[in-house]
Amino acid sequence: MTTNILPLLPIMIPFFSGIIMLFVGKRPIAHRVIAAISGLLLIFSALWLIIEVYQNGTMVTFLGNWAAPFGISLVIDMAAALLVTTTAIITFFTIIYSFQTIGIERENYYYYVMIMFMITGINGAFSTGDIFNMFVFFEVFLLASYVLITLGGTKIQLQEGFKYIVVNIISSNFFVLGLAYLYSVTGSLNMADISNKLAGFDGSFSIMSLVAVVFLFVFATKAGVFPLYFWLPGSYYAPPMPVLILFGALLTKVGVYAIARTYSLFFMDNTAFTHQMLLFLALITIVMGCIGALSFSDMKKVIIYNIIIAVGIILVGIAMMDESGMLGAMYYLIHDMIIKAALFMLVGFLIYRTGQTNADRLGGLIKEHPVVGWMFFLAALALAGVPPLSGFYGKLFIVQSTFENGQYVAGIIVLASSLVVLYSVVSLFIKAFWGEDMDFTTLRPVKSDKILFASIAMVIVSIAFGLAADVLYPLFEMAAQSFYDPSSYSEYITEVE
Amino acid sequence: MEIITIVLAGILIGSAVYLMLSKSVIRIIIGTAVMSHGVHLMFLTMGQLKRGNIPVLDDDVSNYADPLPQALILTAIVIAFALTAYTLVLALRSYRELGTDNVEEMKGVPHDD
Repeated sequence: MTTNILPLLPIMIPFFSGIIMLFVGKRPIAHRVIAAISGLLLIFSALWLIIEVYQNGTMVTFLGNWAAPFGISLVIDMAAALLVTTTAIITFFTIIYSFQTIGIERENYYYYVMIMFMITGINGAFSTGDIFNMFVFFEVFLLASYVLITLGGTKIQLQEGFKYIVVNIISSNFFVLGLAYLYSVTGSLNMADISNKLAGFDGSFSIMSLVAVVFLFVFATKAGVFPLYFWLPGSYYAPPMPVLILFGALLTKVGVYAIARTYSLFFMDNTAFTHQMLLFLALITIVMGCIGALSFSDMKKVIIYNIIIAVGIILVGIAMMDESGMLGAMYYLIHDMIIKAALFMLVGFLIYRTGQTNADRLGGLIKEHPVVGWMFFLAALALAGVPPLSGFYGKLFIVQSTFENGQYVAGIIVLASSLVVLYSVVSLFIKAFWGEDMDFTTLRPVKSDKILFASIAMVIVSIAFGLAADVLYPLFEMAAQSFYDPSSYSEYITEVE
Repeated sequence: MEIITIVLAGILIGSAVYLMLSKSVIRIIIGTAVMSHGVHLMFLTMGQLKRGNIPVLDDDVSNYADPLPQALILTAIVIAFALTAYTLVLALRSYRELGTDNVEEMKGVPHDD
């Protein structure tokens, strides 16, 4: 039993850099430098974590050296390490992207500080092994996101931010309620310990199905699953583009991760009810997201509805809860975080350049920005899952898993949704980059070197991830194993005793 | 004793839902605060309400009280307090900017002047 500092680094680096920025005061340039450096440090520490976990298996740190079921433990398995790494990459490039897009006013009022605190909470939620600690980290990133969504105080931000906050406060209250039920049933808060206790119990816990519904209500609200995604399109539309990148790429995915964790560790007793419910909701989520994505020509709205479709597809893989299903869910989760960030960055560039969010008013931009146009096209193909780009592998494994389990309807809906995704994003590409030329004199002169650097870098990361999917397969196999085989996640408890 | 507090928690959450369904922003915020109280009371009850026992697990003590729920709701109370404070400030600011505290009027896409 040792206290290893390495699993703590993804939480401590953004936390301390946020505090340092608070002490530096309203100096935007200093904030930029500190934020970029800590973003780089985050990437390096996360990559180091992946190497360590790959060589030595799951890393566990006991805070304050309290032994496992009693104290708080940080458990970094391969899934957490991969998610932390993706978060770090997206954070770094979003910070670079923010330099020229967020505006000096918001930078003065501690924008980067809030980003750092939000990353603290997100990394904490990914790496904690204690369910109450997960609630606390959820609150950490939610509080920072409340500030980010309202920072700037424009009318739409205040209006939609208020709704976002109320919805999330309600679901957080239900999180505490679910924790109360879980604690009264199991008498423990350590996730691995709860899993062991439930696995060792002979009878059937019908109360655990109730707890599963409460937890699904909580995490589905954060992840944007039908019928609880109603707040998402309105609220995500409000904040400025860099904040939207972080929200769309990271926040909903934390909810999805939490569903995967709790449904693999706690609710394996009555999968005929819990996982079927999850599958059913995931499929309706995909259909609803498709309807939304087809019905708008506003670029932001289309991509926001694509977030909802992606959440549904990942949840189909999680609901299958077998090897290929979880493998696909992990591939698609990482893919979707990267590609959503890339697409939002490119759309953000178009919005900043033209001042329009409606794709119908654009046209012929390929003459002005050929590189952006073809990057957008590549990102659209990757989003829909055209091989060999990154979305293909996740969908392949998920569809394979649905057909293996006899859920043909689920497989067909996932496949059909790919067509809708491709149509919705490629129609944006056609409207914006082809067609009749818009009036190029109305284009705004923007300094765009850092915006383009960040966007193109994200697309390249996505393409590299797609091409390297074969090399990365052992990592994803390890990551999926801790979900479909919960005992591999919770074995560190028995090592302690 | 547990039955009484569970019923009380139910009443608190029920009145919180009533408050949150109203149109006034302030009532919604009070509703979220009341709801957090109900939930915390529920959590406290889940650790069993036993009086006069020491909160330590020791070989000599057979009937000990569970201190963990109290420690947990202390954390949750602090978070709920911070959230209520933040939402109240936000309500004031949005009343000044939007000129309304009626959520019925807070829809559509408003434009900055």
